[in-house]
Amino acid sequence: MENDKTPKKSGKAFLSQFKGYIYLIPALAFLGVFMIYPLVDVLIYSFEEGYNFTSQTRLGVGLYNYSYVLHDTYFTQALKNTFIIVIITVPLSTGIALLISLGLNSIKPLKNAFQTIYFLPYVTNTLAVGLVFMILFKKTAYTDGMINLLINAFGGESVDFIDGPYWAKMMVMCIYTIWVVMPFKILILTSALASVNPVYYKAARVDGTSPFRIFYKITLPMISPMIFYLVITGFIGAFKAYSDEVALFGTDLNAAGMNTLVGYVYDMLYGNSGGYPSYASAAALILFAIVFTITIINLMLSEKTSITQ
Amino acid sequence: MKVVLENLTKKFPNRNKKIKDYVIAVNDFTFEIPDGKLIGLLGPSGCGKSTTLNLISGLEKPTSGKIYFGDVDVTELPPENRGVGLVFQSYALYPHLTVEQNIMFPLGNLKGSEKLTKQEMKEKALEAAKLVQIDGLMERKPSELSGGQQQRVAIARALVKMPKVLLLDEPLSNLDARLRLQTREEISRIQRETGITTIFVTHDQEEAMSISDMIVVMKDGVVHQIGKPQSVYDDPVNMFVAKFLGTPPINIFRGEVKNGRIYIGDEDVLNIAEPKKVKEGEVYVGVRPEGFILNDKGRFTCNLERVEVMGRDTSVVSKHDACENVTIRSIVSAENNIDTDAKTVKFDLKPNKVYLFNKETQDRIMF
Repeated sequence: MENDKTPKKSGKAFLSQFKGYIYLIPALAFLGVFMIYPLVDVLIYSFEEGYNFTSQTRLGVGLYNYSYVLHDTYFTQALKNTFIIVIITVPLSTGIALLISLGLNSIKPLKNAFQTIYFLPYVTNTLAVGLVFMILFKKTAYTDGMINLLINAFGGESVDFIDGPYWAKMMVMCIYTIWVVMPFKILILTSALASVNPVYYKAARVDGTSPFRIFYKITLPMISPMIFYLVITGFIGAFKAYSDEVALFGTDLNAAGMNTLVGYVYDMLYGNSGGYPSYASAAALILFAIVFTITIINLMLSEKTSITQ
Repeated sequence: MKVVLENLTKKFPNRNKKIKDYVIAVNDFTFEIPDGKLIGLLGPSGCGKSTTLNLISGLEKPTSGKIYFGDVDVTELPPENRGVGLVFQSYALYPHLTVEQNIMFPLGNLKGSEKLTKQEMKEKALEAAKLVQIDGLMERKPSELSGGQQQRVAIARALVKMPKVLLLDEPLSNLDARLRLQTREEISRIQRETGITTIFVTHDQEEAMSISDMIVVMKDGVVHQIGKPQSVYDDPVNMFVAKFLGTPPINIFRGEVKNGRIYIGDEDVLNIAEPKKVKEGEVYVGVRPEGFILNDKGRFTCNLERVEVMGRDTSVVSKHDACENVTIRSIVSAENNIDTDAKTVKFDLKPNKVYLFNKETQDRIMF
């Protein structure tokens, strides 16, 4: 806080002491109404048993909502789906993004062109991309999508990736998620790689360091803060996946068996089986607990291995 | 290991692609660096001295010319096979590794029969660290070291593989004045102890003169003079070398050789011993600051500006219409009493501190 150099009146001195807080009032009010109040409300909803939205009545207070949600097969399916998506897509997308960034960083001609191409998915609409993926992987009674044509060409049998077996749907889902989240990671990693002072590479070269050792001992530790950032945000983003699933499998995700946690929350609120804000709130808080725990673990790991510059 | 540079030339394509001409960073550099000597490459920024160092290290490939280490032609060898240690201007210490890990890093690159055990590596690193007196700081990270300590770690890392040639790029430029003095003596000591042929680059002539066995003065990619520091200072081949060496710098005057005498303005300031050897005409006259003798009846009159007392010496700052420098700086013994209120000051000149240069080519005219 700034100190007033000419405090003539005591009121002014008092004011200056709280000036900072006064400046904060608009932002605090905004946050209070649109963030803190809803958060508290969700917490309350989740403990209200048999809450009726229209009549604004409830039967009691307790943990029944949580118990219901945890025993709901749709919820356990969504939980399983979400975990599979997280565990497969976060490491894979980060790893592939790192490889592509390393490639981009080491080429000179057409570097900008490639950078633009790799960034395109980021600015493309999710639903449009979903449509393209559906066409690629689709199989109907009359036609095969391009992927199936390829499988046929190699002597395989067509698979319906969109309405077919669970593993096929999950594979498409993971490929799609990786493809969608990659541009941002490439963007971050290429700039992280470019920010490593080239003099380190020169020094390593004079000492005869092999390219692999340069990468493992110099490049990787130096960009590790950015990798951790991507892993943490990647985990959070993947846990909150929903729109990507809708883009591929439509709005009835429970029927497709491809629902996610956020999708479950949405369905509980507005879906065909909806109108249960209490269940939705409980599910949302379970999701929050999971994301929170994973993020804490991530942060602890990153602090342990991070470099002190 | 002696290092021989033979007609070494490096051209870079122009940054501005519309200009087809190449930028010549190093032009036809030929020099044999004797074994076990400390050589200073000296020149203003952009003179090609760092490029020369990069050529010797192998980080850059020469456009033409050859480089020999001893009798072996290393021109085509990549840096790792040359056996050079390179200390960068910014030290390039790996920030995530400790001092010990930094020094051990080059050893970890050894392959096959040369491969060392962890214990051997630690011993070698400690040996190198002791040489530069940082063996007490092995567990620290570079960010926890002072500039001078970082510099030593960088030197230790370059020395740990016992290179044939040690290259230092502006080794003192990131240090403060006091540390610079200390570190340059340190570099000189380490060089003498190891006996490794060492080449260092600097734009600071004082630094180069103080510790080098030989200095190479470069400008615009061209080597102007090579020699022992004192002989280059006493006997510059041209006006650039004369101006570049010495603090305060040499005073340059527009003058004339006439009737066997050197004129500055209307005054004949010096007689030429053998007038027949020198062609008459306009010249540049260079006078080292220590070449002035205060004399009330002196032949050279300047307008006195001020007198700066520096303890041992006195610096007399004056002006003259024919002077190319803004002011004339002359260093005289502090025992002289100078009337600071006087308008003018009179000097005699020491003949061996006066140099004549050709007006066009700026080459030295001997007299």
